[in-house]
This record gives sequence, C-alpha cells and structure tokens, in this order.
Amino acid sequence: MTNQTQTTGANMSLAQRAWSIRRHALRMGEVQGQGYIGQALGVADLLAASYFHALRYRPGDPEWEGRDRFYLSIGHYAIALYAALIEAGVLPEDEIGTYGMDDSRMPMSGMASYTPGMEITGGSLGHGLGIAVGAALGLRRKGGDQRVYNLLSDGELGEGSTWEAVMSAVQWKLDNLIALVDFNDQQADGKTTDALARGPEAPKWAAMGWFAQEVDGNDLSAVVAALDAARDHPEPQPRVIICRTKMCKGVPFLEHREITHFVRVEADEWARALAHLDAERPL
Amino acid sequence: MTVEPPFGAQSRRKSQFTPRQAPQGGGKTSAMIASLDAEGRQTVSAPFGHALTDLAKTRDDIVGLSADLSKYTDLHVFAQAHPDRFYQMGMAEQVMVSAAAGLAREGFTPFATTYAVFASRRAYDFICMAIAEENLPVKIVCALPGLTTGYGPSHQATEDLAIFRGMPNLTIIDPCDATEVAQATRAIADIPGPVYMRLLRGQVPDVLGEFGYQFQPGRAQLIHDGSDVLFVSTGLMTMRCIDAARRLKADKIDCAVLHVPTIKPLDIATITAEAARKGRLVVVAENHSVIGGLGEAVGAALMREGVHVPFRQIGLPDEFLDAGALPTLHDQYGLSVDAVATRVKAWL
Repeated sequence: MTNQTQTTGANMSLAQRAWSIRRHALRMGEVQGQGYIGQALGVADLLAASYFHALRYRPGDPEWEGRDRFYLSIGHYAIALYAALIEAGVLPEDEIGTYGMDDSRMPMSGMASYTPGMEITGGSLGHGLGIAVGAALGLRRKGGDQRVYNLLSDGELGEGSTWEAVMSAVQWKLDNLIALVDFNDQQADGKTTDALARGPEAPKWAAMGWFAQEVDGNDLSAVVAALDAARDHPEPQPRVIICRTKMCKGVPFLEHREITHFVRVEADEWARALAHLDAERPL
Repeated sequence: MTVEPPFGAQSRRKSQFTPRQAPQGGGKTSAMIASLDAEGRQTVSAPFGHALTDLAKTRDDIVGLSADLSKYTDLHVFAQAHPDRFYQMGMAEQVMVSAAAGLAREGFTPFATTYAVFASRRAYDFICMAIAEENLPVKIVCALPGLTTGYGPSHQATEDLAIFRGMPNLTIIDPCDATEVAQATRAIADIPGPVYMRLLRGQVPDVLGEFGYQFQPGRAQLIHDGSDVLFVSTGLMTMRCIDAARRLKADKIDCAVLHVPTIKPLDIATITAEAARKGRLVVVAENHSVIGGLGEAVGAALMREGVHVPFRQIGLPDEFLDAGALPTLHDQYGLSVDAVATRVKAWL
C-alpha cells in the first residue's frame, strides 16, 4: 500500500528508487570530493521506503499541512536526504552541482531555512526526537492524522536528551510518532557499540514503552513491512524501527574498505563508484 | 587611575568545619519564597500566571509547558484554568524546550517555563538550535533570575543574560515589577520570534503603576528625570533605583531613572541620548553579574556612539554567591536600596 501522493514514475520499484537515491548522493559527493557518502549509501533503502511507500507529501508543496513530517536530526546525513528529495521531485535534479557550494540550497549540514523539504535544522545531535515529540503533540491538538517521522542515528542514542524524548513520547502516548534509527554502528571515533550504545537495542526501547521493531535496514521488503506494522500498530504508544544498515551499501569496493564515520574516497573513485552503480541498475 | 574592588566581594563563607550557633531571638531565613520588596508596598499575586491565563482566553494558539516547576513559576494558574493546554513535561528541560519548538512549528505559541539557571545552563543548545536558529515563536519564561533566592549558585542565575545575549534572534526581557510582568507577558506573545523573559513570581511588588508606565518591547523609558545622576537600570534594580532616588533626594542629589526592560535588542538611541546630557554620572544597575549583562552592553554602546561620560556599574560580582537570607545577600552584594544610595554618594 502506498500513501504518498507522488504521481510521476508510479511504476518504478523501490529498488529503482533506492538505486537513484544512491546515484544522486554519489554525484553530490563527486561535486565536493567529499561527503558523508557512507551514511547516504547505507540509508538509501530506508529513505526509498519512507519517501516512496510510507510518507504522505506533495512534491510541489513541501509545506502542505496534510503532509507527514520527516525530521532529520542528523544534519550530516543531509546529502542522503537531498538525494531522496531530488528523487521525490521536491528538489530539482539540476541543482546537484551546487551541493555544498556558496549560495546553494543544499549545504553540507541540513538546515530548515535553506532547503524545501528539510523540516528541521539538524546537526546538534539529540534534538530531533524532542522536536518530534512537540510536533506530534501539536498535530494531535489540531486533530490531524499526520505522522511525525524522525530519522536519528545510533550515535544520537548516546545523548541524554534523546532519552528524555523517549520517555516523554511514552508519557504522552504518541502513536503518531515513528522513530527510525539508522544503526550502522559507526560514529566519529569508532564503533557506536564500543562507546555508549551497547544493545540489546529494540528491547531497551520496548522496555521504555515503545512499539519496537528491529530489521535489516538494507532489506527493502523488511523495511516496508516494518513501516506498515509501525503505522498499523493499534496500541497508543510511539513506534521505533531499529534499522541495521551497512555503510557504503551498494558500492562493494567502498563497503570492503575499513569503514569509518567519514569515508575517504579518492578523486578517481567517485567515477568508479558511479560506474559500478550504473552496471548494477535494477530492472 | 583607581580600580574599584567589586562590591561585596568579601564572602561570608567560612570553613565547613567551624561549628555555628543558632541566632538568638530569631534569625533570617534563606527560604526559597522570599520577598523582594520593601515592607508595606502593594504586591500582586502571580502576575505572569494570571496574565497568561487571560491572554489564552482570546488566543487559541497559546500553550504552556513546565519542567516540574509550574507551581514555582506561577504557571499553575494557567494550568488550572486551561488544563488541556498545559503540558507537564517532567524534570527534563531539554525535551521541554525541544517540544516547545515542535509545537511552535505546528503553529502554536508555547510559553515554556523553568528556572533561569536550568534554561540558560542546561537547555542552552536546544534553545539555540531548535528554537532560535529557526526563529520560532517560543517564549521562555524563567523564575529566579540573578539574585532572587538565597539557595546558592545552583539556583541563582547570576549569568543568564551573559549566556543568552550572544544568541542571535533572541529577544531578552527583564521586567521590573508586577505591572510590567503582566504587560510584557501580553506583549511578547505578539513578538514573531523567540523570547527569553526573566520572571518575578509569587507576591510581586507593584512599583511602576503609579508612574502610568506601559511596557513597549525594545523601548527604554524614563521613569523620572533628574540632573545629577542617570540610573540606567533593568529588572528589579529599577525599583531599587526609584527608591534610592527618593532617599538621595534628601541629600540634594537629583537622580533620573531610565528603565531598560529589553536587554536585547537594546534601545541604544534612547540610552545614548539620555547619557549624552551633560553633567550626570551614569550608573547602570542590574540584577546580574557585572560581566556580560546590561552594564557591559551600555558601556560598549556609549563607546561606539562616542558618548564619553562618567560611568559606573552596579551588579553582582564575578563569583559564586553565598547562600543566606535574601535581604542579607542584597545588602552584601550591593543590590539593596541602602547599598545603591551609599555607593552613589561615594561616587559623586
């Protein structure tokens, strides 16, 4: 079942959408010669399922009151969300060459005032879920049936403010709030699970009172099923999907590199990555 | 050139190992609910809570949030009158502020309340990035500004103005009394961006009513004129300056009081015009550290505008203050009427 009101390319598969999102992101990375491409490739399937299966929105009217809200806490994932917004028709594809440039609508860290479809200013981690709590309360006050999605990272689970928001969402029984955790187990200094976010992750959220699911975030069918289950869950509680993702997914020579938070890509490797992706285009 | 040592820099703190005796014949208390006022002056109960309650009757967009301090910020009055519009967010200032941002995104005008120490020290990043960076109309209203409790540094927000002045988009208000708290509550609801307002709560003195005062955002206003001294004051120090001016009149010292409730944006035009009048000592008085508050803002503005006049600062010293009874502390740190009058005489 699809909720989004996107009309163009309605016969494209989610796999094709995810492929395009990866391609847009790689092209942006090529513009700057850098970028959080590992995260963008890793989260592309989750964004494809979100924007082409779960979310309600109007590409030409990004502030449409009836839209589902999609809050990106992790500002450095902006390259991934721009790629999804381009694929969704919210941002024009021909602005890819402006990524990270002066006067661009696509700065390297996501900010609400720069970009249509970028709902909040992220980057200071641990803010998004709390803002989502307030927006979910506000939508309920207005009697709307829109949902608030917050894409956060495993690293943000180390911020105490995230857990304030986790408790608050349960307190207010926010069944219109869906948290998506991109769990790639990488943060700036190394593995997330070597720092603060030692599992088990889904049971932790469940114990706090959330409807928690854990899926392979690079398995489109699994992500779609989890998004449907999160939407259809009958209990008055907030929902979270822990998405285990693989950094650099879809570009094997990068996948196999020693993965860190900031993946180093040499100048000639962008074209190589794009060529690989083009060879693997889904039918 | 002489440099004046900070007033009251002598702490009364003694070794924690020195035994003490209970005072004979009743002592003063450091209880949280302490009066700011001279005895006998008229007070108003919970002016913020009542003003917000009334405003909400005509404004559906107004909601209130508390981080477990509604009874201590007078928001409980609003909560009782409009229970469906009150959000008890628990002892969690960061999510309270973030949720206020989310509510503002959905078209509401949230009044988020806590103590000034917790908003400024604990929730700063959230106020800055979730609210101010996006210029959302969240009103952060905080009790116990400066030295208004004897509980000690954990509750004394002696540097909140210094912390918040550097935040772009933020309007900062420090009301003087009950009249102004009520007027400013209504006024800030109409300001399109974020506001930080220092709150006097509980039984709040009414001082400005007799002057026919009307709060205007961004405006400094002359409460009364005088030829020898120009007090440039904000918050509760304006009531101290008004009383000190009366006392100094007996010594033939004629004091003007320019009240500056909006710390940011600062009404530089009015302040420099008043300060530029010849023959007056300019004394900036604030319930805040001498670092980073109104005093430094006015001093810098006068320098920039080329107004070179005798200039003094009354404010709290750059130190963690003592615990104790509020009147004792106001004497000790120079915020009492006596202390203000004594220092002005010494400076002339």
